[in-house]
Amino acid sequence: MNSMIHVEDLTKEFKSYSSRSGLKGAFRDLLTRNYKIHRAVDSISLDVKPGEMIGYIGENGAGKSTTIKMLTGILTPTSGDVLINGMNPHKEREKFVKTIGVVFGQRSQLWWDIAVQESFRLLKKVYNVSDEDYNSHMAMVIEALDIAPLLDKPVRKLSLGQRMRCELAAALIHNPPLLFLDEPTIGLDVLVKLKIREFLKELNKQYNTTVMLTTHDLSDIEALCERVVMLDEGKIIYDGSLSQLKTSWGEGKQIQFHFKTPKTRDELIRSTGQQLVVWEPGENENTWTANVTNDEDIISQVIGEVVANHQILDLKILETSTEEIIRNIYEEGIIHG
Amino acid sequence: MGKYIEMIRIRFLMMLAYRTNYYSGIIIYSINIAAYYFLWSAIYGAKEDIQGLSVIQMTTYIAVAWMARAFYFNNIDREIALEIKEGKVAVELIRPYHYLNMKTMAALGEGIFRLFFFSVPGMFLVSLVFPLQFSANPATWGFFGISILFSFVINTQINLMTGIFTFFIFNNDGLMRAKRVVIDLFSGLILPISFYPGWAQSGMEWFPFMYISYVPSMIFSEGFVGQQVWNALMMQGLWCLLLLVPIQVLWVLAKKQMVIQGG
Repeated sequence: MNSMIHVEDLTKEFKSYSSRSGLKGAFRDLLTRNYKIHRAVDSISLDVKPGEMIGYIGENGAGKSTTIKMLTGILTPTSGDVLINGMNPHKEREKFVKTIGVVFGQRSQLWWDIAVQESFRLLKKVYNVSDEDYNSHMAMVIEALDIAPLLDKPVRKLSLGQRMRCELAAALIHNPPLLFLDEPTIGLDVLVKLKIREFLKELNKQYNTTVMLTTHDLSDIEALCERVVMLDEGKIIYDGSLSQLKTSWGEGKQIQFHFKTPKTRDELIRSTGQQLVVWEPGENENTWTANVTNDEDIISQVIGEVVANHQILDLKILETSTEEIIRNIYEEGIIHG
Repeated sequence: MGKYIEMIRIRFLMMLAYRTNYYSGIIIYSINIAAYYFLWSAIYGAKEDIQGLSVIQMTTYIAVAWMARAFYFNNIDREIALEIKEGKVAVELIRPYHYLNMKTMAALGEGIFRLFFFSVPGMFLVSLVFPLQFSANPATWGFFGISILFSFVINTQINLMTGIFTFFIFNNDGLMRAKRVVIDLFSGLILPISFYPGWAQSGMEWFPFMYISYVPSMIFSEGFVGQQVWNALMMQGLWCLLLLVPIQVLWVLAKKQMVIQGG
């Protein structure tokens, strides 16, 4: 069994109460409450190999963060087995957390009032990192994330992008073989995002660090992860490569034409026929979009017919974006996936 | 052990991060002691002593009680409650240390800082203005030192318990406020325990509160002598051990049903 993360039938239930409505209800709530069991994570199984970078995606409330919290030993699972690095996270918490790094995009792990380097120094002590290891490893991290000028500033004076880079460095002080990132790029600008992505790639290449990443920004996933795991209502609905997801879900292509003169649907259907194409009007009468299946012959046939009969100014072929694919899945579920 | 000492250092840095806080802290301590001095001199009036304490002994008692409070007092319960409410406890739990131990060390850092940088300068200011009577006996100072260390442990244990309660009831403000009043009143900070009626005194012996403030102040103002000192210290030690049990139980239960609030 040569896996970094091994998860089997992991389940987490939360007990929550629902308030009754009205004043009368509020008084009744004082005495007895209606409890509801909510299953946030529903028997998921997962295996991750060392050095893999996997993207963990799903709607808000799908159970991503709950899973991460169980994998990092913060929450105790209701049932199921977790074995990471050969350890059970919540049973051997203190030993286990030495081998992982975690970044929560929405919470800071640096001390708010003191300089960044003091936080680093405390963490260095906490993780028992020797001076040589710290110097050689952190020099690379500080260099790559470009945070050297920030080290003597108190955390409260940093911008979000600066802080997030420091957070990432803080999570890596002990050079963990496994890194959990829970929405690390939330609210960051494009340049910082790119820098963080570059850095993660570099880290993965140099130290073979396993990375598990949750995000709502699919461009993060496209840039970093070959494998995606998609979660919906606590269940894994897709686990496989990103390209596979794209081919099985990105059904068609769109060809956008910009004509010289205004066109009507009838005119266009006359030239292309109705079997292969569905025409959709664009922003004005001169632009029309043809929806076709993803097949080279059909695409060239449609383009040929249109160009032969009409004068065009511009032509674009659009592929369904990952964003759209994911949106379709969220909306429809994975029934035919 | 290195990480715990480092935590104390960090706490020092945090206390120093805001200068105004630091200077106003010293003044607040002096004002508090002065206010109690005037209150007690008014109560004493022309009387020589009340309950066997002279007015100078009384002032010394109050001054010392406040100095000790600077050391044992901390806001760990509030910090824990806040971290739970905001979900920050998640970050604490991904670090390789025991959450409660680390909190205790942070509290100790805060206590040492306040003792030496708030209350010693404050005490110096106060002693210029009011007559205080400090013992010259090094043994008394030694016993006092041991005693406030125990006070710190007992008070911190109570704070930890109050803090952990937030895991179960989510909003803990009422409980924390009640705890604060109970400790100020029953620990002998405001009024020496010997001033309470007999039935209340014997009742208080069943609670740890009087071992927080009354005992170290009595040791320092030499209200306790000989065997009494040893007995008091032993009771303090006993309470330190006794309080470990409920903390452990609460912590284990809390971890089981932890919910990280706010995603």
